[in-house]
Amino acid sequence: MTDSAKLHQPHPPPKGERSHAGDFSYVGIDAILEQMRRKAMKQGFELNIMVVGQSGLGKSTLMNTLFKSKVSRKSAQPNPEEKIPQTIEIKSISHDIEEKGVRMKLAVIDTPGFGDQINNENCWQPIMKFINDQYEAYLQEEINIDRKKRIPDSRVHCCIYFIPPTGHCLRPLDVEFMRRLSKVVNIVPVIAKADTLTLEERDDFKQTIREELRANGIDVYPQKEFDEDAEDRLINDKIREMIPFAVVGSDQEYQVNGKKILGRKTKWGTIEVENIAHCEFAYLRDLLIRTHMQNIKDITGSIHYEMYRVRRLNESNAGPETKRNQTL
Amino acid sequence: MNMPSRAPLPMGFSEMTLTVFGLRSSRMKGEKQYVGFATLPNQVHRKSVKKGFDFTLMVAGESGMGKSTLVNSLFLTDLYKDRKLLNAEERINQTVEIIKHTVDIEEKGVKLKLTIVDTPGFGDAVNNNQCWKPITDYIDQQFEQYFRDESGLNRKNIQDNRVHCCLYFIPPFGHGLRPVDVEFMRALHEKVNVVPLIAKADCLTPNEIKKLKDRIREEIEKFGIKVYQFPECDSDEDEEFKQMDKELKECTPFAVIGSNTVVEARGQRVRGRLYPWGIVEVENQSHCDFVKLRNMLIRSHMHDLKDVTCDVHYENYRAQCIQEMTSKLAQDNRMESPIPILPLSTPDAETEKLIKMKDEELKRMQEMLNKMQQQMHEKDQ
Repeated sequence: MTDSAKLHQPHPPPKGERSHAGDFSYVGIDAILEQMRRKAMKQGFELNIMVVGQSGLGKSTLMNTLFKSKVSRKSAQPNPEEKIPQTIEIKSISHDIEEKGVRMKLAVIDTPGFGDQINNENCWQPIMKFINDQYEAYLQEEINIDRKKRIPDSRVHCCIYFIPPTGHCLRPLDVEFMRRLSKVVNIVPVIAKADTLTLEERDDFKQTIREELRANGIDVYPQKEFDEDAEDRLINDKIREMIPFAVVGSDQEYQVNGKKILGRKTKWGTIEVENIAHCEFAYLRDLLIRTHMQNIKDITGSIHYEMYRVRRLNESNAGPETKRNQTL
Repeated sequence: MNMPSRAPLPMGFSEMTLTVFGLRSSRMKGEKQYVGFATLPNQVHRKSVKKGFDFTLMVAGESGMGKSTLVNSLFLTDLYKDRKLLNAEERINQTVEIIKHTVDIEEKGVKLKLTIVDTPGFGDAVNNNQCWKPITDYIDQQFEQYFRDESGLNRKNIQDNRVHCCLYFIPPFGHGLRPVDVEFMRALHEKVNVVPLIAKADCLTPNEIKKLKDRIREEIEKFGIKVYQFPECDSDEDEEFKQMDKELKECTPFAVIGSNTVVEARGQRVRGRLYPWGIVEVENQSHCDFVKLRNMLIRSHMHDLKDVTCDVHYENYRAQCIQEMTSKLAQDNRMESPIPILPLSTPDAETEKLIKMKDEELKRMQEMLNKMQQQMHEKDQ
């Protein structure tokens, strides 16, 4: 077999001349983008977001605010009396949403009971098990003989972790959880209910959190080692200097300066959720949805899932006697 | 901050994001109800532009059918500059070869790695029995390579060398398909997307072309050859698209003419062939179907060709492969024990390492198969 490769540009047209049926030097390969786009629009997209944090931190409200519709668990099963469950439950609610012709199957995975018990040891285990179970389901489908054309993707793409706005530092529970989970899923930490922090307190808190994350070797999204090129690194560095985003969620509308906005009304003023001078919700939304959504899914698929797969394949080689080596 | 210019960015950024994230902006109207995931296709698009695409095209047919010229005309390349053609004597003992040419083409920021798989020698010998075997073997090899890579541990940079489309050149001199044409297409139709073409169509009048096309279509149906089918149009596509699609379907097999030379016709410079009785313009739709072929292959169906290769041909191969492996193991009744290493007479360190690697790979495959065996067993119960 002979191979020959060279970089090639189609011959430029002779000056001022055009061929009969179109551009002399235009092959038309950029049309493949349009073909891909057509196909993607037909197929639709899938996104699975998990929210983790103690009760009362505004997880459900934030989800509703992000997707501007009632996507959270609470909206699906209205229960006036919210009881803290005895053990952690994993509840996944699925929605089909559409915008400008783009269809998305969104799954919001809630974890009520996390961090709410008196003894919270190992409360991350059910969550890790859930995440690994999704990877396992995908793997099983992938190695099937008669596999589906599009393997349904139930893997958790992103885990939003809610840090209570204490203003001091991360709690041991936060560190333990994020340390373990950042190895299997993309973690996006946010400071919840940030309307109790002034701007200086917020900056100090963020600084402390960033240092603690670094000190504990916790790699949150966007992970430094997965930056693809200089352009990505530039953008992601800027993001890394800003995380964790301090967010305020709301699904109530108010009139401010003649405009209708989402916010929280108090005696001393109205907090506008999408106003960046007030809180960083808009940054979170842009990161998660408008700019990095595909990247989040890619990292889940090509890195976290692959790591799981390699581990599983190696385990089955080692034989059933070897116990599963879980670094929990 | 100034960013270097590159392919278009995803839309849907609010103004402040770009100040922070340093990207160009476009303010969205009616921002309030707008969540923003409509930018997803653009995000995907951006990634693909960065990564680039690849496409493998195979050309098959007897010598002198104009294959190389057509490829050059299609992609505006000059791949066969240094080619040395063999004469009849030299060709007597020639077997069918497989030659790959790879070209990186870039247009409007989109990069395409195009691989042309040429099959010189096909159909040239006196006895052409099974002359398609090297070709089917090549296609199977690429599938096998991909299967291995896909099942392996490091899947980061899998090279996709599978053949996405095979252009088969039918000579215009006959009265339809010849036995070798039928056998070849039948040997390949379940492994690759076969697109039959009528080569050198400039020796036929329009009536003759029509008759030949009808005849070939009939024979394709009669012999049960599954050539590449264009996917059905969606009901919500616009009328123009549907009309174009209909015309495309009625025009197969395409009658093509290729040319490496530029001639002057009607005051313009065009790709064409100069004859004493007139000038054939390659890109003139009333002269031949070259433009239709190019549009189909590159501008509208390239992605679908790749999809059908992945979803249909490759999956068939994979399923077949796995079933063969499982049935062989079931016969030998060695499901529980790992596959033993074959003892060599004088194993050296290098070979031992190789054996160990292969053994591990086999063990991995073994485990996968065991799992599947169990699955099948459970399904049966």
